[in-house]
Amino acid sequence: MPAVPTPLAMIAELTHRCPLHCVYCSNPLEMTRRETELSTAAWTAVLRQAGELGVLQVDFTGGEPLARRDLPELVRVARGAGLYASLITSGLPLDEERLEELVRAGLDHLQLSFQDAHEESANEFAGAQAHAQKLRVAEWVKRHRIALTLNFVIHRRNLDQLEEMLALTQQISPARVEFAHVQYYGWAFANRDLLLPTRQQLDRSLEILKQAEETLRGRIRVEYVVPDYYAKYPKACMGGWGRKVLLITPTGEVLPCHAAKIIPGLNFENVQSQPLRKIWEESDAFQKFRGEGWMPEPCRSCDRRAQDFGGCRCQALLLTGNAAATDPVCTLSPERNVVDAILTEANRTTAAASPTKPEWLYRINP
Amino acid sequence: MAPELTSRPRLAPGCRMSEKSQQPRVLLMPERALRLNGPSLEIVERCDGRHTVQQIIAELQELYSKADPGKVEQDILGYLNLLREERALDFE
Repeated sequence: MPAVPTPLAMIAELTHRCPLHCVYCSNPLEMTRRETELSTAAWTAVLRQAGELGVLQVDFTGGEPLARRDLPELVRVARGAGLYASLITSGLPLDEERLEELVRAGLDHLQLSFQDAHEESANEFAGAQAHAQKLRVAEWVKRHRIALTLNFVIHRRNLDQLEEMLALTQQISPARVEFAHVQYYGWAFANRDLLLPTRQQLDRSLEILKQAEETLRGRIRVEYVVPDYYAKYPKACMGGWGRKVLLITPTGEVLPCHAAKIIPGLNFENVQSQPLRKIWEESDAFQKFRGEGWMPEPCRSCDRRAQDFGGCRCQALLLTGNAAATDPVCTLSPERNVVDAILTEANRTTAAASPTKPEWLYRINP
Repeated sequence: MAPELTSRPRLAPGCRMSEKSQQPRVLLMPERALRLNGPSLEIVERCDGRHTVQQIIAELQELYSKADPGKVEQDILGYLNLLREERALDFE
């Protein structure tokens, strides 16, 4: 067996509680209640173990991580453990005082999510009155010496407003902006027919983003990827299973990615019963798809296997029923026809001809 | 675009080096960590808002006195520009 790599980043899902109800939330459909969340002491132990394991960065996320009153304490512990501390937030439960407290605790970076450039549609996708507050938060953050990333979640219903999103980005002028296509897991999978863009929308958006990347070079780092249903090869999901990233759920289970719990037959260990290092290096769930031993053809003999690691296990499960199959978005996959059929359906009508009052399935609050 | 020789590079907000106790040293920034080897560590340590680009070049030319000074200058300008595009540096 080759040596187990060192994880670089830890995603700390502090809670599933959230004031937003985004139609594409990456949280699982079944959520954890407040009573079962890890305590401050338990998170403290996890953060210290992560530092010892060699993790460099921790992303505090949720749900809305600000729903935890102990967040500044956890940031302080993370910094003490040598970690780079990022907060992934809607910005909703934030005020200037709380932000200052987080900065004093050592917060390095705040990533603020945006649902659109326009208030009305942004609030529709979020299922909450959120947009105006986000604009205030962006201004507050810029008064501190921490990094700011704007994250626009893009899809069929807002992709035609990309230029307005870029205008808003330039107005706020963060160091970094991400245009993140919705990934079809969890709530987004349930709303996929309403969210999947057309090829025409996608091609135009890629032109706009490529140009923005050039225009803003050196001022704002623009990041985006081709959504994988439209890609020729799959994404290197999480940089490879059990290779770079681990995720801790609100109750302390350790997962290789956000969605892994949907895969049947995997047992996830909990940080309250085993050391983090042992779970990362030895647990069945991490070993199951680590490396290349699990790969079927055409991955097993593919030149790209060390680049994309066979793609995404959760996507393989969702689209083919088999988590150990080649990710069917790959054009070399024998089951690519499943994805093509979905794309044909998505391109049957234009985005503009879509219903004006769609029947969203909104994320619930636990 | 090469940085001005008289400007003073400084790590941008939210960009910092890992602690000295952590080896190898890395430059930490949002969603990224760049490994710092000998020369890149020497450069980043001088991006403190006090050294000018010109001073950084002079100090590294002295430090790497066996290397071709012109090549050292080009390498430094290239590396500073890369960090600028990563938004890891501000030039004051």
